[in-house]
Amino acid sequence: MKAAVLQFPGSNCDRDMAVALTRAGADVRIVWHKDHDLPAGLDLVAIPGGFSFGDYLRCGAIAARSPIARALIAHAERGGFVLGVCNGFQVLTETGILPGALMRNANLKFVCRVVDLTVATADSAFTRGYAAGATIRVPIAHHDGNYHADDATLAALRDADRIAFTYDANPNGSRGDIAGVLSANRRVLGMMPHPERAVEPAQGGTDGAPLFAGLLDALASA
Amino acid sequence: MKAKVTVMLKQGVLDPQGEAVRHALGALGFDGVQGVRQGKVIELDLAEGTTEARVTEMCEKLLANTVIESYRIEIA
Repeated sequence: MKAAVLQFPGSNCDRDMAVALTRAGADVRIVWHKDHDLPAGLDLVAIPGGFSFGDYLRCGAIAARSPIARALIAHAERGGFVLGVCNGFQVLTETGILPGALMRNANLKFVCRVVDLTVATADSAFTRGYAAGATIRVPIAHHDGNYHADDATLAALRDADRIAFTYDANPNGSRGDIAGVLSANRRVLGMMPHPERAVEPAQGGTDGAPLFAGLLDALASA
Repeated sequence: MKAKVTVMLKQGVLDPQGEAVRHALGALGFDGVQGVRQGKVIELDLAEGTTEARVTEMCEKLLANTVIESYRIEIA
């Protein structure tokens, strides 16, 4: 499985993401934001956490208009797999690949702690490594993770089983306790929690590992 | 020529920062502040003859996230 991790000025989880993917068996390349093309034959693009372009204008807004973002959008439109974590989720909503937007946390605080998530659906390459309804513990670290979508969009997400993860105790004001959402073709996942920070016991937990293992399995058998 | 773009959260979208400002005003003794909405102002220095339609395009493509924000353009 060939994966690319995008790197923007201000990305700070790019290496963690690369390590988590490599550990699960992926062949990983880091791709700079000024590049216009993704490596040929790519299966997955991962957009890491951080503060791309200093969060200027809006979180993820400038990254979503960078040269590599065009290639990212084309990859998603071709049916390629995309994983956006934290700032990566913000970039995905800013490109319009995923619906909704991520606003300032309702309590205005930067929240950095390990939280319980419910796996809302096991029906995706990203979540097939979990049992639907399972509780997992994954770190969050963000100031703008308050997921907002209008009522019609929320209903559509629910009806199509596109909510991937929900918070057990809502840390940021997200509508519907939403922590992660899938695209209509279920091949793009955006989530605020950091599964790549929970793949080795030394990180304090390994509940993120099945996401990467499941993804590798799904792509190997595809 | 100059254009001023005012970007605000849409009506109905909760504005936690505006709420915090409202509380702080109350704490300073400013009674009767019933609501605060916080937004941003972006000033553009433009080549003469730039049309308002062009500025609208800038707002739609970058300056505002129309999922949650509305914008107002003033050409000076």
